[in-house]
Amino acid sequence: MTSLPVAEPVKKLGLVIDLDVCVGCHACVISCKEWNTGGYGAALSDQDPYGADVSGTFLNRVHTFEVIPEGGELVGEAGEARIVHFPKSCLHCDDAPCVTVCPTGASYKRTEDGIVLVDEDMCIGCGLCAWACPYGAREMDLAAGVMKKCTLCVDRIYNETIQEIDRVPSCVRTCPANARHYGDLADPRSDVSLMVAARGGIDLMPEQGTRPVNKYLPPRPRKPLGSTAEQLLLAENTDGATGFFAWLDGVLERI
Amino acid sequence: MHPALSIIAFTTVSGLGYGLAISLGGGFLDPSALSTKIAHVTALVLIGAGLMSSTLHLGNPQRAWRAFSQWRSSWLSREGVMAVLTFVPLAASAGFSLWESRYVPAIGMLGAFLSMVTVYCTAMIYASLKSVPAWHTPLTPLCYLFFSLSGGFGLATLFAVLGDGRVVMPASLAIAFLALAWSAKLFWRNRMNTLRPTSTPETATGLGFIGKVRLFERPHINDNYLTSEMGFRVARKHAAKLAAMSFVLGGGLPILLLAVVLGSTAQPVLMFAAFLAVLSHVTGMLVERWLFFAEARHAVMNYYST
Repeated sequence: MTSLPVAEPVKKLGLVIDLDVCVGCHACVISCKEWNTGGYGAALSDQDPYGADVSGTFLNRVHTFEVIPEGGELVGEAGEARIVHFPKSCLHCDDAPCVTVCPTGASYKRTEDGIVLVDEDMCIGCGLCAWACPYGAREMDLAAGVMKKCTLCVDRIYNETIQEIDRVPSCVRTCPANARHYGDLADPRSDVSLMVAARGGIDLMPEQGTRPVNKYLPPRPRKPLGSTAEQLLLAENTDGATGFFAWLDGVLERI
Repeated sequence: MHPALSIIAFTTVSGLGYGLAISLGGGFLDPSALSTKIAHVTALVLIGAGLMSSTLHLGNPQRAWRAFSQWRSSWLSREGVMAVLTFVPLAASAGFSLWESRYVPAIGMLGAFLSMVTVYCTAMIYASLKSVPAWHTPLTPLCYLFFSLSGGFGLATLFAVLGDGRVVMPASLAIAFLALAWSAKLFWRNRMNTLRPTSTPETATGLGFIGKVRLFERPHINDNYLTSEMGFRVARKHAAKLAAMSFVLGGGLPILLLAVVLGSTAQPVLMFAAFLAVLSHVTGMLVERWLFFAEARHAVMNYYST
């Protein structure tokens, strides 16, 4: 059924991605590809993998953006231009436009936990869902001819044959900077919900009306370069020195 | 958006077929004329060929039958269901013309109505996508319907010339629909060209509170499915030229040629003008459809700064 669940899902499993912490190492991209090429559904194929024109199916990609405030073309002058690494995967939207356009019933949103999935045995590979998604979260696998997307590692998170610590999406488990968090965003007391509340987590493209479950934590304000100047001056000044350092200061002064 | 040849061919050819079916369903052609019988078959062949070509871009066409199941939510599914439903009265109308040389108004009208609904469904597949702002307007189905009608009545004029020669109705209607279609298209293009994009790199990343966002590094060096499917770009100067071409070939020239059909009595002139009108219109439509895809910008490109 490609109609969305009538009632809001009880649980809304999803990711919270901290843009303040992500270092842009792409480990989540590789870990996602590695897990999911052998996991749920068809393998994530590559085209011309050893040639010049290599391409392939990925469920998670990291973009890097340059954000320039008004008049901040030069770093350290008027503004604080900065680089933000930006991992992007399916946001498991509550009003997922990719689900309702599916003509076959292959795309669906689960009532029990809100995960958006593709039943690959029913997918005809028309590509309309990829068109409907404003985020580019869906990619057609050119070898299998079916639509691939983030499953929130549905084959890990409920998997009792692996250790409990591993029962999180592969990208979350891998992230060396702890920039990715997984949990129930419908529960206001969950770690992820608390994090979103504390840091002012945001929706991507709210104007598209998709109501994404995944949230992004915006980068914290950066300490301006000028604010460190005071510390530099301190190093030149020995007025406040006490004890051994005061004695050393006096000795050196006399030499 | 990537202008896939199979979809361009499908929407153009099936649109033409449904238009012809609508003119036949309206009873504008003599049902006993051999040319009308051929017209019935032509309409069915055009529609069938269009539907066949639409399955060519599928990754798994052998499961295409599943696409009839989700008509509650999906315009693509509705289009499939309507296409099959429409075939029934159209085939019946063709049968009455072929074997009994008669026109049954009830079945004809039903076929015409369902044809319009099918074309509407096709257009709504695109118009329903909020992620492609250029398409997301009621003007899209309006254009599709008028283009289908103008092409269909143009083709009906050709068959009328080949048949009993009563061209006044189909030719006048074709001219009217051509004028309506290209006026609607003009509004559509103006809307697209002056559109404020729904989403921007700032809203796409949520980083607008810091400043202007631009891509520093792509996720991968080479193209991927998203950039090749959604990232197609056509040079603006070329787009303007192509658009002008589509208006002239698809609208201006056919109107002039159909006016010649209305004014002339010499059979060779009539045949030549009507044939050329159809040919010119179809060529113009292919260009129009190519641009429909090539010029449309998808929201995902906010992540690729193109």
